[in-house]
Amino acid sequence: MNIAKGLLGLMLMGFCCRLTAQPIHIAVASNFTHTMQTLVLEFEKSSEQKVILSFGSSGKLYAQITQGAPFQLFFSADQLKPMLLEEQGLAVVASRFTYAIGRLALWSAIPDFIDDGLSILQQGRFKKLALANPRFAPYGMAAYEVLARHQLVRATQKKWVQGENISQTLQFVDSQNAQLGFVALSQLLGKHSARGGSKWLIPEHMHQPIKQDALLLNSGSASKGAKDFMAFVRSPKAQQIIKTAGYSIATNTLVHKPS
Amino acid sequence: MSLSDGDMAAIWLTLRLATTVTLLLLIVGTPIAWWLARTRSWLKGPIGAIVALPLVLPPTVLGFYLLIAMGPNGPVGQLTQTLGLGTLAFTFWGLVVASMIYSMPFVIQPIQNAMEALGDRPMEVAATLGASPWDQFFTVVLPLAKPGFITAAILGFAHTVGEFGIVLMIGGNIPGETKVVSVQIYDHVEALEYAQAHALSGSMLVFCFVVLLALYSLQRKGRPLFMTFGKRS
Amino acid sequence: MKISDIGPAAILARFKLCYADAANKGFILDVDTQLPAQGITAIFGPSGSGKTSLLRCIAGLEKAQFGHLQVQDQVWQNATSFVPTHKRPIGFVFQEASLFGHLSVMGNLQYAIKRSGSRQDLGLFEQVVDIMGIEALLPRLPENLSGGERQRVAIARALLIKPRLLLMDEPLASLDTARKQQLLPYIERLGCDFNLPILYVSHSVDEVLSLADHALVLEQGKVVANHSMTHLCAQLNGPFGVGNETGAIIECRVVQRDPQWHLMRVTFGSAQLWLPDTGEAEHSSKRLRILASDVSLTLKPCAGSSILNVLPVQVIAISTDKSKATCLIKLNAGGVDLLARISKKSVQELAIKTNDMMWAQIKSAAIVR
Repeated sequence: MNIAKGLLGLMLMGFCCRLTAQPIHIAVASNFTHTMQTLVLEFEKSSEQKVILSFGSSGKLYAQITQGAPFQLFFSADQLKPMLLEEQGLAVVASRFTYAIGRLALWSAIPDFIDDGLSILQQGRFKKLALANPRFAPYGMAAYEVLARHQLVRATQKKWVQGENISQTLQFVDSQNAQLGFVALSQLLGKHSARGGSKWLIPEHMHQPIKQDALLLNSGSASKGAKDFMAFVRSPKAQQIIKTAGYSIATNTLVHKPS
Repeated sequence: MSLSDGDMAAIWLTLRLATTVTLLLLIVGTPIAWWLARTRSWLKGPIGAIVALPLVLPPTVLGFYLLIAMGPNGPVGQLTQTLGLGTLAFTFWGLVVASMIYSMPFVIQPIQNAMEALGDRPMEVAATLGASPWDQFFTVVLPLAKPGFITAAILGFAHTVGEFGIVLMIGGNIPGETKVVSVQIYDHVEALEYAQAHALSGSMLVFCFVVLLALYSLQRKGRPLFMTFGKRS
Repeated sequence: MKISDIGPAAILARFKLCYADAANKGFILDVDTQLPAQGITAIFGPSGSGKTSLLRCIAGLEKAQFGHLQVQDQVWQNATSFVPTHKRPIGFVFQEASLFGHLSVMGNLQYAIKRSGSRQDLGLFEQVVDIMGIEALLPRLPENLSGGERQRVAIARALLIKPRLLLMDEPLASLDTARKQQLLPYIERLGCDFNLPILYVSHSVDEVLSLADHALVLEQGKVVANHSMTHLCAQLNGPFGVGNETGAIIECRVVQRDPQWHLMRVTFGSAQLWLPDTGEAEHSSKRLRILASDVSLTLKPCAGSSILNVLPVQVIAISTDKSKATCLIKLNAGGVDLLARISKKSVQELAIKTNDMMWAQIKSAAIVR
């Protein structure tokens, strides 16, 4: 009788432990990697919740989620994929919000190469211009917009080299195989600020804001930890971290409809 | 489910790339395979390991190092620039060079194995019949090693068609120049154009299967030719 | 070793060939010898005696650490120069047929013809094909030939290169007995028909007895005998006296046939023998083998014996035999050497001594060529 009670107690304890100790899985767009790691470190200071991060291109992560990958949260590099997940009923209603707004920069690894960004583009004083693939990469789409706005698409297209994602684009420019390219500001700050080179921070009015949305997926609907993390990301502390990393903050962080 | 112009361009580019790489590797790889098969020098080990390296190296590692090396500050980049060729990254010929390194063991090893399997006897026989070393190579070694060459061509071609990681690193996605089929399919998936991805992937699968089937049937017709050197009562 | 019967046209061979691993200090081959540049010379010895190594050195397929090779008037190898294999006017027949699998029989032959240096010699081609009997095989692929057929093609191919010296490395070793017997006549004819010196490596006593005019005997890489076959076979403790097979080799000529008794008479030197008629042509030269155990001795010719062949002989030497019961006696019969195996008891009782004149009774003789 005593043994039975003891066993039951152990089982209950185990069950409770499992509930609270269950880590949450977050799918994160690769360009947000470093910032997300900083956020998680901060989060874990005040919570016992363990977090497991998976990085990848938004397209790949989207495909995996639609095929049943076990993520509770999805931090995309754009708005489109979270919206599609919502429409397909794979996410918790009204959980989507913009966690960061990306800033585009024209960067060259060669110091003093970019004195006046716009004139360099207009004069075409370069052999190769790197940008992320405008078909599906948000920073690439923004770069395309900037060029289109200044009627530079035709003039520069022959010199484009497209990276599959923003990290690859950066590699092209960093190795100087492309003299300059459109990268994310977040790639040039913080621990990467030692890269040097020369840059032009592109004014935000030149392109549609690169809104990066996150949402709670169905498998996270019962997870207290997942919801806690979502709330944390919206907290002032987290927003400060995101800002320092080179992003802008969305003024309205609770979104129901696409902006 | 038809293929777009972009898809067709990617297919043609891929075929051009695979054919060019295979032919060049057969030409460049044959003397290397011959040396590896015949040498007794201590260098055989290290050189053999270098040739085999792309077998185990992740393509992204190779692509990464090639990107650096081909850049204006890298050794290859500096060489090409002195020759007035600019840099190789983002060009068709850059892909050719990269693919040759990547597919090298797939071409060299079957040829080397075929030549090693010959042993010394065929060349000795040819020598006693008055054939000089060059004569021996062209009239005896090459014909007898033919199965090895066919395997090498098949593997080299197929491997280059399937290449992705390296192209991703140094390709730059330029239509008609470096946008090969594997990247095109990847882009369709990223852009959520699943129907297009299906069409292109399916076509490539069928094509590759047909090519391999044809080449393997060719292989089957040739019997192992060295058997006449063994004992048979 | 006194070499008395080698003419001025000869092959001078000096080779020192070391083992590949440095640990083994010995020599695979250490010879300094002279061979006749005519007829069939056998290179004989047990496995590992260096016979194949010697042949390969002569062919230039092995590069001896120290080598000197002169064939008649040409130096093929010395301290400063080395003529590569493909420039030496040799033909080589390997132990396994070694035909090119990617060419037909005709293709294999044409490979040799193309490289024979002179223009197409149709006469030679027809002669070779005819003698080796390979006309029907010409369109076939090597993999569809039997072992014996392949060797015939290999020999034909070696001949078509028009060599000045033919080297054969145990060409019959990989064949069964029946095929060996089939092929021996072809090889026998080679020496005569093509006027070609042949060096023939073998560890088979039977083959050497049938084919060779001269023999070089090797043991552990060194030359232990270098003489004509008749001389070597007549030696009391010669290299070909293995067990009960000890016997003399005699070159004779068929002079008469006796149809009534189905016998034929052969002569050698000043002696003659009657043998069963095996259909040999009159006046043809034959090689006989007379085993020592088929020769017995008497002090006087006895009448009333069933043995047809009784020859006057002189005792040259007496020596011990492998068996404790018998001795080997070397005899001279009409200028030709014979061997007899006699019990020690009889030697004692008949008081047989050197230089004695006696009578030898020969029970049988085999024609080996």
